[in-house]
Amino acid sequence: MSQMGRRDFLKLGALAGIATLPLSMVRIAFGKPEDDFTFAYISDSHIQHIKGNQFVRNWDMGLKRAVAETNLLVPKPDFVVFGGDLAQMGTKEELDHGAELLSALKYKTYHVMGEHDYYLDLGKYWEKLFGPQWYSFDHKGVHFVVLNSILTTDEWTFKRWPTAEQRMAEMAGLDNPNGSPFMVGEAQRKWLKEDLAKVAKTTPIVVFSHSPIQKIFKNWNFWTDDAEQVQALLKPFQKVSVVYGHVHQIQYNQIGNISFNSVMATAWPWPYPQSYVLADSHLPVLTVPMNRADPFFERDATGWQYINTRTGRLALNYELPNNTKRQVAFNAKTGKPQDMAYQDKKNRILPQDHY
Amino acid sequence: MKKILGILAFVVLAAPPAFADEFTKADMDRWQKEFDAAAKLGRKLWVNDGPVKLGTNGVACAQCHPNGANTHPETYPKFQKQLGKVAQMWEMVNWCIRNPLEGKNLAADSNEMTALLAYANSERKGVKLAPGKH
Ligand code: HEC
Ligand SMILES: [Fe+2]
Ligand SMILES: [Fe+2]
Repeated sequence: MSQMGRRDFLKLGALAGIATLPLSMVRIAFGKPEDDFTFAYISDSHIQHIKGNQFVRNWDMGLKRAVAETNLLVPKPDFVVFGGDLAQMGTKEELDHGAELLSALKYKTYHVMGEHDYYLDLGKYWEKLFGPQWYSFDHKGVHFVVLNSILTTDEWTFKRWPTAEQRMAEMAGLDNPNGSPFMVGEAQRKWLKEDLAKVAKTTPIVVFSHSPIQKIFKNWNFWTDDAEQVQALLKPFQKVSVVYGHVHQIQYNQIGNISFNSVMATAWPWPYPQSYVLADSHLPVLTVPMNRADPFFERDATGWQYINTRTGRLALNYELPNNTKRQVAFNAKTGKPQDMAYQDKKNRILPQDHY
Repeated sequence: MKKILGILAFVVLAAPPAFADEFTKADMDRWQKEFDAAAKLGRKLWVNDGPVKLGTNGVACAQCHPNGANTHPETYPKFQKQLGKVAQMWEMVNWCIRNPLEGKNLAADSNEMTALLAYANSERKGVKLAPGKH
């Protein structure tokens, strides 16, 4: 089936209640199929409360669509990760409504904390719904680590703002100069060190964080202030991947032994940092950008992804409504992630040119 | 006739120096301040913290256009395929107000529209004009 054919099938499938999405056709074969497993990744839904029982329709639709499509995956993913920013202003209403929409998922779901979930009550209600803010688990020979990477200084968090609502609002503005750089922080780095001490250096490590654990663009907090210290803890392992949300766009990078991959938002896309000309930015040169968004199609440049894990290396499959899907996969020969269609400069297309 | 011309000439020469080609540093400072005030109001509207609300659902321009990015003021007027014509920037601003913000069009010459355009342009300082570029 062609791309178009597949998409039509999906639409029809959803309409007719056919509960399968022929995943196998787009799977990337990197080796023996018996070593494969997949998981799905949904992120940045930004459920936004208006008043009473009203929520912003556009963001609701993005999450509903991702959940419905994820439920159609065949073969079934082993689990789902929600990558943070479930809410917009961190309220109980938003987190409850988001959790309700996510409850339609037929799979075990792991949660990552985003700044929009955190800065109203410092994650208290989120913890009640989803559990601890950082933790690890093992699955089929891979060690997964979930970090809360959107913390910041105690001074900013506890001393600067007269109310919790203002603190949330100040951090919610991506380009707000009153915000503060994200960090994993000392306590969690100590925990991570101890957690990793129990893991063999040959075990593949996959880290889920909300912010990038690398320094891309400080202005919009595409940034983790103690990125180098966290990277140093991951350095002794042979295979490490970091998957992050927050940036609402496709990014990928390789730093030493660590592969970095971002995921899309279901809510809205963000401009690439170079689109803001008054500040310096460092988008990884490896990254082939997503296509520029067409504002006349509200789901354009949003999406979700399923991730194929083969001997601990990742292949991300981007499900992009009414768009050609993208695949970014680790290439064992070059030792870097690469876009499976567009990596070569001569294959790039005009909509990937952002300015 | 000669007399009348003579009087006119006299009036022109005797008037205080408030004419088009004569302005001072103080004038320039004032004009800059006026622009900055418009851009500042624009920023407030951009982040949904202005004296009026542009939309009805609480969504702000800055959610999708941080620092005004991806509004490309230097490319206007340009052909907008979805509108089927060469359009001005305010038409796309209104498009975004009507759709993601679920609000009502602003008049093209309203203070609010001027402020939004002033802000978007101020964040794009130094970029070369590229009329028509998509
Ligand atoms: C839900 C996200 C969203 C919101 C909210 C939003 N826009 Fe947009 N807007 C877009 C996208 C996406 C584009 C296309 C960007 C591109 O061309 O790369 C766009 C395009 C535009 C353009 C045309 C840019 C071009 O080059 O074609 C202007 C002007 C604009 N927006 C202004 C605004 C203003 C002003 C607001 C607030 C009143 C706003 N937008 C709110 C998503 C949004
Ligand atoms: Fe986000
Ligand atoms: Fe975020």
